[in-house]
Amino acid sequence: MTIHTSLGRRNFLVSSAAVAGGFSLGFHVPFLDDGEANAQAVKELNAWVVIHPDDKVVIRIARSEMGQGTLTGLCQLVAEELECDWNKVTWEYPTPGENLARNRVWKNFSTGGSRGIRESNQYVREGGAMAREMLIAAAASQWKVPAAECSVANGVITHKDKKLTYGAVAAAAAQLEPPKEVKLKDPKDWKIAGKPLKRLDTVDKVTGKQIYGMDYTMPGMLVATVRACPVIGGKLKSFDAAKAEKMPGVKKILAIDGNAVVVVADTYWHAQSALAAVTSEWDVGELGKVQQATINASLKEGLDATEAFVGNKAGDAKAAIAGAAKKVEATYNFPYQHHVTMEPMNATARYTADKCEVWCGTQNGEAALAAASEASGLPVGKCDVYKLLLGGGFGRRGRSDYVRQAVLVAKEMPGTPIKLIWSREEDMTHCQYHPITMAKLTGGLDAQGNLVGLQIRISGQSILASLLPQNLQNGMDPVVFQGLMQSGVEAAYGYELPNLLVDHAMRNPHITAGFWRGVNVNQNAVYMECFMDELAAAAGQDPLAFRLKYLKPKWAAVLKAACDKAGYGKPLPEGHFHGISQVMGYGSYVAGVAEVSVSPDGTLKIHKITAATNPGHVVNPAQIERQVAGSFVYGLSAALYGEITVKDGVVEQTNFDSYNVMRIDEMPQVETVLVPTHDFWGGVGEPTIAVAAPAVLNAIAKATGKRVRNLPLMNQDLKKGA
Amino acid sequence: MAVLNVNGKALDHNAEPDTPLLWVLREQLGLTGTKYGCGISQCGSCTVHVDGVATRSCGVPVSAVADKKIVTVEALAANGTLNKIQQAWVALDVPQCGYCQSGMVMAATALLAANPKPTDADIDAAMTNICRCGTYQQVREAIHAAAKA
Ligand code: FES
Ligand code: FES
Repeated sequence: MTIHTSLGRRNFLVSSAAVAGGFSLGFHVPFLDDGEANAQAVKELNAWVVIHPDDKVVIRIARSEMGQGTLTGLCQLVAEELECDWNKVTWEYPTPGENLARNRVWKNFSTGGSRGIRESNQYVREGGAMAREMLIAAAASQWKVPAAECSVANGVITHKDKKLTYGAVAAAAAQLEPPKEVKLKDPKDWKIAGKPLKRLDTVDKVTGKQIYGMDYTMPGMLVATVRACPVIGGKLKSFDAAKAEKMPGVKKILAIDGNAVVVVADTYWHAQSALAAVTSEWDVGELGKVQQATINASLKEGLDATEAFVGNKAGDAKAAIAGAAKKVEATYNFPYQHHVTMEPMNATARYTADKCEVWCGTQNGEAALAAASEASGLPVGKCDVYKLLLGGGFGRRGRSDYVRQAVLVAKEMPGTPIKLIWSREEDMTHCQYHPITMAKLTGGLDAQGNLVGLQIRISGQSILASLLPQNLQNGMDPVVFQGLMQSGVEAAYGYELPNLLVDHAMRNPHITAGFWRGVNVNQNAVYMECFMDELAAAAGQDPLAFRLKYLKPKWAAVLKAACDKAGYGKPLPEGHFHGISQVMGYGSYVAGVAEVSVSPDGTLKIHKITAATNPGHVVNPAQIERQVAGSFVYGLSAALYGEITVKDGVVEQTNFDSYNVMRIDEMPQVETVLVPTHDFWGGVGEPTIAVAAPAVLNAIAKATGKRVRNLPLMNQDLKKGA
Repeated sequence: MAVLNVNGKALDHNAEPDTPLLWVLREQLGLTGTKYGCGISQCGSCTVHVDGVATRSCGVPVSAVADKKIVTVEALAANGTLNKIQQAWVALDVPQCGYCQSGMVMAATALLAANPKPTDADIDAAMTNICRCGTYQQVREAIHAAAKA
């Protein structure tokens, strides 16, 4: 284990983890060996910036790093305004408890909806700029010259022939009043932000040193594992631990929350082996009778139900379609999906009568803190959460169910740290799944092939109803309409149509629904963008030309950029076909062109994807490229294989053998085109996922003449004549 | 007490013989660089080298490797110098969340040892590890880069 020393402010922030765990929180701190003694006295310049006498810059990051690169991007933004030396930058997480104690000085910890950078760029840059002004003021006062006469670059302040490094004046600067106002740089002048800099968190990830929640360890720690009722919502009736109790390493076997059995042992392997020997009886009631067919039937009924929530409306779609020369209708479905973060859920908790502490990967430190408080029965002020890097989030770790369980177990064994680990099987069967929906789309074309009316009926599950019912608006879930919304900076519909009706018949099965990377933009883009191709075909028009008749400028521009780069409309190799799609989501405009072939025996090959993104401002183009390529893996895994099904109320898939995902042999070459317009802040971790499936499905339709409307593709026969 | 040859050292452990090598490495020997992802030899997060062969340690009982040489990700860097694969991984910024990357690096290191100039098809066949963040494009580039280095 590497021991990274605790330093000054950070000592305060993460002392429990560093001291009790005897290891670092996983920051990469390359030059820690010197300056430890004087570092103890280092005072922050503000909540975001700490500068050490040796010029080391510590930037505080409130959002969670789960692979998406937000940590590096946020550091770039702060460093840009701070004008420090990028090579001296390191980072640390403040804790949610600290945030609370300091009147939420770091604001939102929640990391989802591709918001990490776009929603905090303003205040983190201000933090950097204020610190810079204070450093300059301290140097100016030491030199007794006006601050306005000083210049600064790379962490060095200069006045005529005099120079001082940030480290030399940081202590004095920390005593100064922060400026009331600062002017942020014009992004055109950026030198650190906007550049394809390397991530700050790479080396430990290739040497095995990076500590995730799964790897966290403490002296005296025991390991627990859990089996919750296989039917989500069911209860534990009884369990028999007689055999398991006698097995090696077992310390305690208990029930929690009335719905789960937990074995605590000296190791995970012992806990897991003993849990397998515990027999349990469940009370599942009517839920035990739910079949996938039952769920599908209820959604199907919703497609024609008279009652529905209206999400987007213009003119009179029904009348326009009724009077149209040609009517086109299609029904699509999108099954339940699982996030399958590479690291299964886990958390370590330690409870005593006056403190509850949790070490875990979480996308929402403050929600994890609230969960710790609720489960422990201690006020939030007596709880804290020490965040570790996540082995994947994708929305799954925005929920704190695993934190709650760890705390409940720890509470039964006061003083003993408990690491609760979910097996992959537990993880696969107890998720908040990407919701299941269907959609019926009806379009009316006039004699010239113009789209005169469009109706989209979505039927299916609401995430808000499942997780945040208090956020429903008179029963309506506005999130259902992501990507199809009338307006707004978040996920607005790009087509200008005279007559449109988008509505939602809510049907909520017992399976918990939740946020899954890309959320509802994903299936809404499948519905809309595949149907646009169907309409174009019915109109006898090219899918790109057909779309461009209706797309608003920003949406059109990004689609054209992708098509230009891909050579859309130009000859392709024999048997290769292009499919296109576009969407606006998470503030960004994205489009994709898929090049596929389908062999006569039905084998699909995705050769290449060309993807264009307009994220407004670009903070790190190299990381955007990686998010875009990764988004295709995520989106195409779902399109090819992703399907969670229910039998007797239980999720049928248990591991990667029954829930397949894409591997490297299926990975197409992804070419990313950035077309930033520099006039807004969009997210990049999610939007591209939504264009993956429709682009490929549209290309398949061209290659085979077959329109696939039911996902995943593995259930479809693409063979000629099949 | 049993002995396991890991990273060139004879290390004692007291796990039952049927304990998967993965959990002996992680929980008895403190080598947490080897990750648990599925436990059923599907994902490759737990890949180690057993006598030089990339092996999924979750599927191997510790008793089966008692007389073998095991190498984990922690030992790839010799005297603080990253191996060729690790260097390429850093140069191309391959990892995202990083959780699968120990296994990726172990599989790629074994591939390059057996086949210094792998083709794309060789990479497809050898690199069956799962990465949910979707780093495959960078993994492929980095293997080619390491082969050229
Ligand atoms: S944990 Fe061994 S292959 Fe997945
Ligand atoms: S880098 Fe996250 S799973 Fe591969």
